[in-house]
Amino acid sequence: MKILSIFPETEYLQSPHTACTGCGLSVAIRYFLKAIGEKIVFVMPPGCASVIVNIPKRAISYKGQPIGLLACPFGAAATFAAGFKTGLTMVGDLETVVVPWAGDGATFDIGFGAVSAAAERNEDFIYVCYDNEAYMNTGNQRSSATPKGATTYTNPFPVPKNEHKKDIMLILADHNIPYAATMTIAYPRDFMRKVQKAKGMKGFRFLHMFTPCPTGWRFPTEWTMKLSRLAVQTKVFPLFEVENGNRFILNKEPARIPLEEYLKVQGRFSHLNNQEIEEFKEKVEQRWEWLKWLGNYKNNRPEEHRGKYDGE
Amino acid sequence: MLKVITGNEAAAYGALLCRPKIVCAYPITPQSRIPELLSEFHAEGLLKGEFINVESEMSALSYVIGAAQAGARVFTATSSQGLAWMHEGLHWAVGARLPIVLVNVNRPLAPPWNLTCEHTDSLSQRDTGWLQFYCESNQEILDTVIQAYKIAESVTLPCMVCLDGVYLSYFAESVDIPDQSKVDEYLPPFETTLAYDNRFRMFRRTPAEPLDYEQYDYMTNRYQLHKLENTCIDTALHSNEEFKLHFGRGYDPVEEYKCEDAEVVVLMSGSAVGTCRYVIDMLRDDGYRVGLVKLKMFRPFPKELVRKALHGREKIAVIDRDLSPGEGGIIYQEVKGALNINTRNHTTPVYGFISGLGGADISVELIKKAILYMIKEDPPEDEVIWLGKIKNVRADQDENTINIS
Repeated sequence: MKILSIFPETEYLQSPHTACTGCGLSVAIRYFLKAIGEKIVFVMPPGCASVIVNIPKRAISYKGQPIGLLACPFGAAATFAAGFKTGLTMVGDLETVVVPWAGDGATFDIGFGAVSAAAERNEDFIYVCYDNEAYMNTGNQRSSATPKGATTYTNPFPVPKNEHKKDIMLILADHNIPYAATMTIAYPRDFMRKVQKAKGMKGFRFLHMFTPCPTGWRFPTEWTMKLSRLAVQTKVFPLFEVENGNRFILNKEPARIPLEEYLKVQGRFSHLNNQEIEEFKEKVEQRWEWLKWLGNYKNNRPEEHRGKYDGE
Repeated sequence: MLKVITGNEAAAYGALLCRPKIVCAYPITPQSRIPELLSEFHAEGLLKGEFINVESEMSALSYVIGAAQAGARVFTATSSQGLAWMHEGLHWAVGARLPIVLVNVNRPLAPPWNLTCEHTDSLSQRDTGWLQFYCESNQEILDTVIQAYKIAESVTLPCMVCLDGVYLSYFAESVDIPDQSKVDEYLPPFETTLAYDNRFRMFRRTPAEPLDYEQYDYMTNRYQLHKLENTCIDTALHSNEEFKLHFGRGYDPVEEYKCEDAEVVVLMSGSAVGTCRYVIDMLRDDGYRVGLVKLKMFRPFPKELVRKALHGREKIAVIDRDLSPGEGGIIYQEVKGALNINTRNHTTPVYGFISGLGGADISVELIKKAILYMIKEDPPEDEVIWLGKIKNVRADQDENTINIS
C-alpha cells in the first residue's frame, strides 16, 4: 500500500488502447505520464507506442483533451524534438516538456546518429527509449538491441542472433549528458523517482526503459511484471543511473536467482543449450562487473560510500 | 544598399532580412557559404534567431520541421546529395503543411562526383509538393527568398529557392540589399494558424493525425493538397505584384523576353537565361524573329502561363540543364504535357535540348547553334538533342557537336 500511495491518481492512459495483452510498454506509458504530468508533448517515430497512443484517438488524454503528440519520421525523433523544443522556446513556451519517445529500432539503429548528435549538442529534452529488444511494431525483426542467442523472424531458428546487444547506456553516458538511467516497470518507485529526477533537470536526459513483449518474446502474458523483475534480478538488465557521464549509481543489488529462470519462460530463448546459456551468463556477469568497476572508478563520491548501492 | 556579393551571400542576406527565428543548415559544396555567412550574422547579433549546427542534412530539415510545427519562421539550405538525403523530410514538410523556406544550390548527383551545376537534384524532387523557383541572377536570389516566405506562409506550403551552383553561388554581382524596414513592411512577422497557443492545436498539423483519421483520410488530404497547389500560381503572381510595389522590381513565374512578334521561342530557366537574352538580342540584330521564355516557377507548373507564352509560335525549343535518363529533359516533358493537354492536335514542334550537364557551360555559341538548328531542321529528329561537348568513345572526335544521340 505504501508503494501505491506515492503514485498520482490521475490516469492519462485511457482505456481502451490498442496495446497487446500483457504489453510492458503500455504500463511504462502509464507510469511515465503519471510521473510527469500533462504538460508534455510526445514526439513519436513509428513504433508500438505511436500505435498504442494514436489509435484510438484519445488513448492518451487528460480531462477529455488529448495529450500533445507529434508524429515524425523513423530516424528523426531526436532532431525533430530538438527543433520543436527550440521552436517552442522561440515562440515563448518554456514550460512544456518535450519527450521523444522511441523504440529500440528508432534509437539503437535508424535514429542513432540523430540521437548521438542531439546528445552531443545537449538538446533540452527527455529522450525515452522503450526497449523491447526487436522491431515489434513490424512484427518482431532483429534490432541491435536484440540479445545474442534470441530468435526473431529475421533470425529464425536454427540461426539465432549472433551479435551482442549494443550497450546504448554506456555509449550515451560517454556523451557526458546530464542524466541517463535504466528503468523497468517492475520497480515502480524507482521508475517514478527517475522520471521525476529527469524532469527536474535540463539538457539531454536519457531514459532506457525495459518493456517485455509477450508477443515477440513468446511468454505467457501474465509474466510481464515477473520478467521485468527477473531481468533486473538476474543482471540481464541492471538498474543504474549515470550523471554527467562520470557518476555511476547502481540502484539494485541483484538477487541470487539463476539466469535460467529468466530464459526458460521465453520462447525466443527456448532453443538455447547449456553451453549457450553459460555464454549468456558469462556476458551478463561481465557487464555487471564492468558497471560495478565503473561505479567504483568514476564516482566522485567520498571513500566511505564507494561500492555501496543507493536509491533503494 | 548596393553591394557586390555572391549568389550564396545573396541567399544569406535574403534569409537574414526575413528574420527567421531558427536557421539550421549543414554545409555542402557549393552551398557552404550560406550557413557560414548566416552564422556570422548570428555571431554579430544581426540574426536575432537561433543558429543551429546539426550533423546531417536530414537532421537540418528535421530540426526546422520540428521548429515550424511549434510556429516559428525557419530557414535552411542545402545542395545535391544533401537534398537527396532530405527526401523523406521533404515529403513530410508538405504533408504537415509547414511554410519552410529552403535554398537549394543546384549541383549534380554522384557518381561521378561533380561539384558544379545541374538542375536534376531539385527537379527530381518535383513530386514532393514543394514550391520551386529558379533564379537567374544574384539580385533575383535575394528577392526570391523574401518572396518565398510571403508565398509559403500565405499558402502554408514549403518553398524551395534554387540557384545554380558555381554560376551563381560563387560569382559576385552587384546586388541591391533592401532596407530591413522595407522588407518588414512587405513581410510582416509570421502570424500563423499553426501557432502554438495551446498544446492541442498542433494535432491538426500532425500527418495522419488521429483526430483527423476518420474525417479526412489520406486521399482527401492529397486532394486538398492538389487543389491548393493549383492556387499557388495565383499567389505567386499576386505576391510578385506586391513585391513590385514595394521594391520596384519583380520576377514573373513565366517571363517573356522579346516575344511579341517572335516566330520561334526558347524556353529555359536558371542562370543560362542571362546568356540566352544576349543571344536573342544578337539574332534579332541578324533579322531572326526569336524570343525567350524564362521559366522561374517550376512547381506547381504554371501551365496556363506557359501555354499563353508559347501560343501561336512556329517552333519551340526547350533547353534543359537536367536529364531524366531514357526520357530526356524534365522541363521539356512538362512543357509538352502542358501544350498537349490544351490542344489535342497540337502540331507545333517542340525541340528538347539537353545541355550544360555537370556544369558544362551553356555558352553563347551553343544557344545560338541550338536556335539555328531549330530554325533549319524540321521536324526534330529525336526527342533528345544533345547540345555540347560529348566525348566520342569510338573515334577521336572531341568537338562541339549538336544532335549526338
